[in-house]
Amino acid sequence: MPIEKFRTLISTCVPLPVENVDTDQIIPARFLKATTRDGFGANLFRDWRYDHAGRPRKEFVLNDNRYNGEVLVAGKNFGSGSSREHAAWAIKDYGFRVVVSSFFADIFRNNALNNGLLPVQVTAGFLSLLFDRIHENAEVRVMVDLEQQKISLMDEKAGEQFEISSYKKKCLLNGYDDIDFLLSMKDRIVEWEQNQML
Amino acid sequence: MSKKTIFDKIWDNHLVYNIPDGPDALYIDRHYIHEVTSPQAFGGLKERGINVFRPDKTVATADHNVPTINQHLPIQEELSRVQVEKLVQNCKEHNITLYGLNHPYNGIVHVIGPELGITHPGMTIVCGDSHTSTHGAFGSIAFGIGTSEVEMVLASQCIMQPRPRTMLINIDGNLSRGVTAKDIILYIISQISTGGATGYFVEYSGEAIRSLSMEARMTICNMSIEMGARGGLIAPDDVTFEYLRQRRFAPSGEEWDRSIKTWSGLASDTDATFDKEIRFDAGQIEPMITWGTNPGMGIPVTGNIPGEDETGHNSVGSYRKALDYMGFKPGEAMAGKKVDYVFVGSCTNGRIEDLRNFARFVKGKRKARDIIAWIVPGSRQVEKQAEEEGIRSMLEEAGFEMRQPGCSACLAMNEDKIPEGKYAVSTSNRNFEGRQGPGARTLLASPLTAAAAAVTGVITDPRTLL
Ligand code: SF4
Repeated sequence: MPIEKFRTLISTCVPLPVENVDTDQIIPARFLKATTRDGFGANLFRDWRYDHAGRPRKEFVLNDNRYNGEVLVAGKNFGSGSSREHAAWAIKDYGFRVVVSSFFADIFRNNALNNGLLPVQVTAGFLSLLFDRIHENAEVRVMVDLEQQKISLMDEKAGEQFEISSYKKKCLLNGYDDIDFLLSMKDRIVEWEQNQML
Repeated sequence: MSKKTIFDKIWDNHLVYNIPDGPDALYIDRHYIHEVTSPQAFGGLKERGINVFRPDKTVATADHNVPTINQHLPIQEELSRVQVEKLVQNCKEHNITLYGLNHPYNGIVHVIGPELGITHPGMTIVCGDSHTSTHGAFGSIAFGIGTSEVEMVLASQCIMQPRPRTMLINIDGNLSRGVTAKDIILYIISQISTGGATGYFVEYSGEAIRSLSMEARMTICNMSIEMGARGGLIAPDDVTFEYLRQRRFAPSGEEWDRSIKTWSGLASDTDATFDKEIRFDAGQIEPMITWGTNPGMGIPVTGNIPGEDETGHNSVGSYRKALDYMGFKPGEAMAGKKVDYVFVGSCTNGRIEDLRNFARFVKGKRKARDIIAWIVPGSRQVEKQAEEEGIRSMLEEAGFEMRQPGCSACLAMNEDKIPEGKYAVSTSNRNFEGRQGPGARTLLASPLTAAAAAVTGVITDPRTLL
């Protein structure tokens, strides 16, 4: 099934300067009871976003109307912990298309890519520059160019290359997913199985 | 021929296709599924109009979202019931073996796979659950996957995966009395941090690892993911084979002899090189406990919470945030702190050996009055065996009760939630904010340290009561 294509994105950012944001924070387990992929955005960062009575916590960035945009900028080691893909669904469903961090947990990275959510890993230096600029001016925009594998601050020279495997890049640029690819390889898989039995 | 690690051998054996500068298409021998991360994958198959490719290689259980009392009654909470029913329906529709609620083989996916002999050395194993790394204890490549990947495996029995780098963690020497596998792994994570093995697949080796039972080895491999590793494994040996012999679905007869031959060859070649190697001395390790909100924030149970100038792998910001959440102060001693709850269970420490250790420790002692303790066996078989071995009655005499199997308070998806602000010494694997319920404060430890807290009501070095 096609995933949403990604080419370039110019957007303001939402800063979350917290390290080790684990998937239990992104979407707590008690919201994993659904049997479809939709609607998880409503509970994104649930316990940081709302208090126990369900009132928005003013100090949390998603409740701060200065910050908007399709780029979430987070501290290092983002997405550690549980393998729940619901975390990627929640971030995407909320409206983000890119997560920037200086380090991503493996499973989260795979899950994000499988859902057309682009994880952009930058250096610690660029990440802190980004946080500084966003905090100075909430209107500051970044440009993420997948073709060029580049993220840059608009109206400034500062920018960085980021890594992505050429296969995953092609998938995102064209909206292909891994399952389509594997299904197209069925004959090869069957042949492989037969060789094992020899 | 270049020297290969056991990881390389198994990976290469399952490589169907390699995309240059891309992931490998890897064939999967065993796929475990459960109710929480599979419904959307089955939904995807339906949308594509395809069936499960190799249903006989998938095994299902209901564990994450099930109650741990009155399992014979319909599940009270509607969303949970629907999710479990959905699994039953999907398995039926696609001819997948299901050990559902009330089946004698039901239990936590990473407990039942090994105990039923479904997990074997040399296999590739995946499950939509990060603690799939548990199965690596048998000398297999086992790792957790997301739901899109569950769908991939259902659709093609293959998965697209970038090949991880390899890391060797060697633990030499002997463990001291009262120090268990849980302490080893909490110690390793405290040393290398929660991201210290990200991008790597770990092999554990050394004298201290070799001396461990299969249950203990599973505890170690289980928490590989907590240091960011893709998975962790231990080369199979006689301990492995003895554990598997005559298990329900282990090979038998001639097939057993053949299997042993193949499995015996599964070891890293001498001089095989790893991308990274780390050594620890078992003699350095003491009973451990965590004071913060990630599994890397662990110290000896006799130790003091680090001060602001020694936050190690954590930035001062996340150190402060953790202490604030836990209600602790820099430099405080852990021993003697009041505990409200004790949870013994999960795929980390919910196996028979864990219950044995806990029960032996509390035998002849009494549960502390104010402690609420949840003792949750990892599976129906563990529950049954605990009964047969007299563990249940030992527990009851000391004032504890045993619940029915499931993930329970490990992730608090069901009713087993630690209330806000309460302290729980837990044998599970994650102490993240809210993991055991909104506002719950988790202290990760071994079953022995949990037992010591359960009988004293405060954090206690178990060695003082042995
Ligand atoms: S016991 Fe905990 S860690 Fe293990 S499978 Fe269940 S929820 Fe996951």
